[in-house]
Amino acid sequence: MSAAPLLDVRGVTKRFGGLLANDDVSFTVSEGEIVSIIGPNGAGKSTLFNCITGFYRPNGGSIRYAGRNITRLAADRICKLGIARTFQIVQVITDMTVLENVMTGAFLRTGRNGAARERAEEVLRFAGLHEKLDAPATSLTIEGKKRLEVSMALATRPKLLMLDESMAGLNPVELRQMIALLRRVRESGVTLVIVEHVMEAVMELSDRVIVINSGRKIVEGPPKEVVVNPQVIQAYLGDRYRARG
Amino acid sequence: MADQLLQQIVNSLLIGSVYALVAIGLTLIWGVMNVLNFAHGDFLMLGMFIAFWCYTLFKMDPLLSIPVCAALLFLLGVGVYRFIISKVMKGPGLAQLVVTFGVSIFLANLAVMLWTPDFRLIEKPLLAGTWSLGSVQLSIPKFVASVGSVVVSAAVFLFLKKTRTGKAILAVEMNRDAALLMGINTERINSLSFGIGSALVGIAGAFLSMYYYIYPQVGGLFGLISFCIVALGGFGSIEGAFIAGILIGLVQTLGGYFFDPAYKYALVFLVYLITVWIRPQGLMG
Amino acid sequence: MPKITARQAFVAAAVLVLLALYPLAVRGSFPMHLMIMVFLFAMLGVSWNIMGGYAGMFSFGQAAFFGIGAYTSSFLLTAHGVNPWIGLLAGGVVAAAAAALIGIPCSNLRGHYFAIASIAFAEIVRIHFNNWKLIGAAEGLTIPMQDESLRNFMFHSSKAPYYYIILSFLLLSLGVCSWVTTSRMGFYLRAIKEGHDVAKVLGIDVVRYRLAAIMISAFLTAMAGTFYAQYILYLDPESVLILPISVQIVLVSMLGGAGSVMGPVVGAAILLPISEVTRVKLGFKGSGLDMIIYGTLIMLISVYQPQGVWGLLQRLGWKKK
Repeated sequence: MSAAPLLDVRGVTKRFGGLLANDDVSFTVSEGEIVSIIGPNGAGKSTLFNCITGFYRPNGGSIRYAGRNITRLAADRICKLGIARTFQIVQVITDMTVLENVMTGAFLRTGRNGAARERAEEVLRFAGLHEKLDAPATSLTIEGKKRLEVSMALATRPKLLMLDESMAGLNPVELRQMIALLRRVRESGVTLVIVEHVMEAVMELSDRVIVINSGRKIVEGPPKEVVVNPQVIQAYLGDRYRARG
Repeated sequence: MADQLLQQIVNSLLIGSVYALVAIGLTLIWGVMNVLNFAHGDFLMLGMFIAFWCYTLFKMDPLLSIPVCAALLFLLGVGVYRFIISKVMKGPGLAQLVVTFGVSIFLANLAVMLWTPDFRLIEKPLLAGTWSLGSVQLSIPKFVASVGSVVVSAAVFLFLKKTRTGKAILAVEMNRDAALLMGINTERINSLSFGIGSALVGIAGAFLSMYYYIYPQVGGLFGLISFCIVALGGFGSIEGAFIAGILIGLVQTLGGYFFDPAYKYALVFLVYLITVWIRPQGLMG
Repeated sequence: MPKITARQAFVAAAVLVLLALYPLAVRGSFPMHLMIMVFLFAMLGVSWNIMGGYAGMFSFGQAAFFGIGAYTSSFLLTAHGVNPWIGLLAGGVVAAAAAALIGIPCSNLRGHYFAIASIAFAEIVRIHFNNWKLIGAAEGLTIPMQDESLRNFMFHSSKAPYYYIILSFLLLSLGVCSWVTTSRMGFYLRAIKEGHDVAKVLGIDVVRYRLAAIMISAFLTAMAGTFYAQYILYLDPESVLILPISVQIVLVSMLGGAGSVMGPVVGAAILLPISEVTRVKLGFKGSGLDMIIYGTLIMLISVYQPQGVWGLLQRLGWKKK
């Protein structure tokens, strides 16, 4: 690895009272990769996300992005530096249209109404939402809202996009569309870190998979290896099961 | 000096416990249905007037009119909920805030129209006079009001924790959807809570009427102070409302004594703003 | 991004012409006073809307800024002979500073919490001004008589100049509000209203934009306060710093339609005539009947038309935003 990693997470620890949600988690992400973070419910994945993106302050460890220490920065500052994210429960601006939502994201990089609108339309075309641009955000289906949320994030011109369970609740057709969209996002030069439960997406998209259990990173590697790793299986299913093949 | 301090602390506790009762009613309503009843102070005013008219027309001592105040205010609370509040619950949040202002203005001016803006006083309550405990002067009506408020507060607390209905109310407070799934009729709980919250402030009105001036606009300041108490204690927390009520009583009385009586309420509001800055969810929120 | 259609421009121009001609067409002081009140509260509502309707900060304490504006210019005039127009700007600055002062501790408060904090703040201002000898305490301030002129911001022979001034102020506030709405700030405020998380994740500095909204709102509200002082020529805490004024400002916006630029104008046009007429005709010697009607009106509006009338007009085919 000749270039410094885009994201360098070192020893991140986060406590909530007596609960150790993240315990000395370290990993790196290189530019252009798609890295998935998986693990059973309650493992601490969203907490890790929140620590990286400035919504929580870690109790220990550090986070470096493009060589810069961002551990203590506020969430909006981190976004300005080029990390965008989505939420587990999809968050869009409900009393705006689809276009206005994405424009709000675009305004980060330009103060002009016209330029923001152009950028927003460009992103909507990229995400396949252009025909809905005047529709109220609330009129979209769950899949549409997720796509809108990704569009809003992309409008801020991130270098790193972090997605929190973007595949949840999608039917098989929608799933394929979302996977295709994320591929296009990577091709456009954005690095992706995704938290996922939907294994089909994890297997198809990821270059690397990181497994978190009980706040700790237990395994890291290419998807095919991780999925048959006994520790991982034990984490998800308990002792009595073995993977096939 | 120490004597004066002791006297002021005693005065604080006396008014603080009545404040606490007023605030408990408000926080119960908030906790259950997220509605801030800006007319709460005017309900207090009505409680005071009911006690006054029971005294003037039927020679009932304020203590005896407590059940009357409680019952009438309960009915008022349920009525206001059923016919007005429930209709704005599905609307924008702003409408929910504003509608109770309408109720407040309506009630305060109805009182003006019916009873004139004159100040009234209950001249000869059953329990009058002053005890001297060492260097401390203890006004008996204030003492009775204070003890009564604490007793009623404790009763409410027990009701919520121990009875079936009370627990249902707490359940709705904690998680409305889960309570619905458990088969609790949340609409009924809403009405009941609004009624109980209003009854509590009606009882506080009966207590206050033993020594406080009674007039249509009296609700305004009490209402404002009770909002601060509720926010300070943490919206929805009964224990928080009680503790905050006492604290505000202390701030008001001690602040007024040591700083400037004209500014005593300003100090209350200032303490509230500072607390909410440091801890937005209140003491126990 | 409102593109004004030719039809809308024509209607707007026609309305402006009618408003300009109004003083020439009416007789007597009450119709003029009424329209001045309508414009005053429309301006107050539009100013409130910037922080309330758009950013979701429901302030029930605007009277504080109104009073600060009125008192600042009046005090500077009575005690130091400062020209009221300078006083107007000074009042705006002081109010904006006060807004920043209260805005910072309240920067994370939303909904009911913010509402109560705003009331607490306004009450502190009222109680302080009620006891502050320098500015007249409870007795208030009387604006000294001066020669009638625009420079002196004082007119004796007719209300018409006041009418045109407040109308200009209103148009100014509408301009500011419109600019805010279509600019980046408007989008950001609406995102903040939706939720602080969704705003932060789009790179929005929530505290900074909230403060900006409050300060702009406070400045405009204070301007209205100075106008009021120069118009009524007397002020005391009970007439400018009280909660009912703050409530009326919110009501005007809600009735007309919070979250739309013209909403508060419509709200004022409906509410002020009702409240002024009932006060004159029914408010005899403190009977309270006018306020009973007012309270009932508030309840009816909240229950049956909480989105405001402007939204209703829109659906009936105006297609303005």
